[in-house]
Amino acid sequence: MSEAPSSETGMTDGFVRPDLVCPAGTPAALRTAVDAGADAVYCGLQNETNARNFPGLNFTPAELESAVDYANARGAKVLLAVNTFPPAGRFAIWRDAVDLGARLGIDALIVADMGVADYAARTYPDLRLHLSVQAGASSPEAIRFFCREVGVKRVVLPRILTVAEIAAIHHQIPCEIEAFVFGNIGMMAEGRCSLTNYVTGVSTNMDGVCSPAADVRYEEDARHTLTTRLGPFVIDRFAAGESAGYPTICKGRYLCGARDGAYYAFEEPVSLNLSALLPDLMRAGVTALKIEGRQRSRAYVRSVVAAFRRAVDDIMAGRDAQLAELLALTEGHRQTEGAFAGKTWR
Amino acid sequence: MRGDEAEITLGPVLFNWQPEQWRDFYFRIADEAPVDTVYVGEAICSKRAPLFDRCRGAVLDRLDAAGKTVVLSTLSEVVLALDRKQIDAMCAQARFPVEANDTAALLSLAGRAHRIGPFMNVYNEATLAFLAGKGADGVCVPAELPAEAIRAMGETAAGLGVALEAQVFGRMPLALSARCYHARVYDRTRDSCLFVCEKDPDGLELKTLEGSPFLAINGIQTLSREYLNLVGELADLRVAGVSRFRLSPHSCDMVAVAEIFRAALDRAIDVPEAMARIGRLDLPGPFCNGFYHHRPGNHWHRTGSAPARSGADLTR
Repeated sequence: MSEAPSSETGMTDGFVRPDLVCPAGTPAALRTAVDAGADAVYCGLQNETNARNFPGLNFTPAELESAVDYANARGAKVLLAVNTFPPAGRFAIWRDAVDLGARLGIDALIVADMGVADYAARTYPDLRLHLSVQAGASSPEAIRFFCREVGVKRVVLPRILTVAEIAAIHHQIPCEIEAFVFGNIGMMAEGRCSLTNYVTGVSTNMDGVCSPAADVRYEEDARHTLTTRLGPFVIDRFAAGESAGYPTICKGRYLCGARDGAYYAFEEPVSLNLSALLPDLMRAGVTALKIEGRQRSRAYVRSVVAAFRRAVDDIMAGRDAQLAELLALTEGHRQTEGAFAGKTWR
Repeated sequence: MRGDEAEITLGPVLFNWQPEQWRDFYFRIADEAPVDTVYVGEAICSKRAPLFDRCRGAVLDRLDAAGKTVVLSTLSEVVLALDRKQIDAMCAQARFPVEANDTAALLSLAGRAHRIGPFMNVYNEATLAFLAGKGADGVCVPAELPAEAIRAMGETAAGLGVALEAQVFGRMPLALSARCYHARVYDRTRDSCLFVCEKDPDGLELKTLEGSPFLAINGIQTLSREYLNLVGELADLRVAGVSRFRLSPHSCDMVAVAEIFRAALDRAIDVPEAMARIGRLDLPGPFCNGFYHHRPGNHWHRTGSAPARSGADLTR
């Protein structure tokens, strides 16, 4: 690394010290992430108001209150994700989530729906709003609209932009940028995918669920070939010994008349790992680095957060970051830089 | 226009048709189809839009001269410089109203009358009211919104003077990506696609590993393999407050489709007759209406009408 801190403020020549934003699926995971060095943790309530509405995950109001105390006492922020799209007639559930977050003193609300954002902005003008990746704001114009109309202070960028595109956006928007650096990579534009609902009747946007476990089936035949299904549809098939992925529609193998044999029509089942691009992302104006995985174990959270904590600190101190260990935590030990590294990905 | 009566609208062509086919399609719509509003514009891939440059003026003029309300539809996903340039150009013109399919367009449309397309996430009354406050006078609801939510939206829309629209025919938009899946089939990238999506005028079908038809891909877009058909739900939709009924164009006889839906809306034919006529169009996929009935989107929920083949029946 060529950059060295130029002052006591943490500024280097090329960038400011970014916040490490970490997942907290449970109160225990939240404490783990904070203890491992997270600058901020994001979490959701136990209902459809957040995009990881899975059984056994998320926070009761009392747990959220304790979480805010625990994190704030250790200098970490708590961000509450209220980032799904309320269907008409049920808006009160989302309004209550916003009210609860404001009352408990969360540090920011992560929103996607314009109606929810507008309600929060009008009711709690001092509450900091972050624009969720679920809002699908992928251009300077879209981001500026949200900044102008509801006062968004930070945008979580979709995982479809290259580092160069992020750098260009940075100069054209009046808010901070948060970018994903590690974890699951979904191929479909966030907040604009109805594939799960099409197959299961449960909506990612409205219910906060992608590939619900209740609709997942694993079937093993006599030759130990494993077939995975979502609803009635086969998503993938694995030979004996092959590591089987969770049946997510956009990571399945399919047949197409225009080519021979099964292929990953949308994306190989790989994980996003941008650790090698960290300095580039920071130089591009990213002020918050987001780690995905609210459904992950505490051990996973501890390892990933600690590794990125060291990496960010190393970079800020002008040392090379050591991130080889993160590969062991990627899906099927396969990683990608997705869209971030360049245009050929598309 | 039919005053406050129900309108038939024609959504933008989502596929990469040959420019002459595209032009002739709209000419025929202008001359023959009982369609009140026609949306024109490349909603899926900015690379395709220039292909239609030489026909676009003639198409717009012909539709306009035929008395159709012409609305320009923006791209549904805006990332690239080319995407943004097209949004700018569309929002800068004043001849036709614009339908925003991405928030990017709203930055310049806010403050003047415009419409909100089905690719925008308007799921609830609060978002509807927010956008109406910025000048939206028409909103097309997302395909996955169930009946009870549409009903709740209808009340708010009526109070705000916003016309509510819903797709009632054609493959349903299910997902968007930055990656081109059509190019991927041929081991190409979006930048090296050679416009291979032109091979599939209604989308390219994907099957599961056990051979069940599953999805249709159209460039960066994923569509349902089934054709949405809400002809049996038109009366319910009207009661819910929907006044615009959108047909999404396919390579089948869209004039016939428009005639069937017009006749059904006017109660000139009953639902079984409308179903029978749609059945005779010989579409490449079965029908679906699951989302409306709060079931998996690929399902066919019998609505007291003649049975259609169902995606679920074929795959289960």
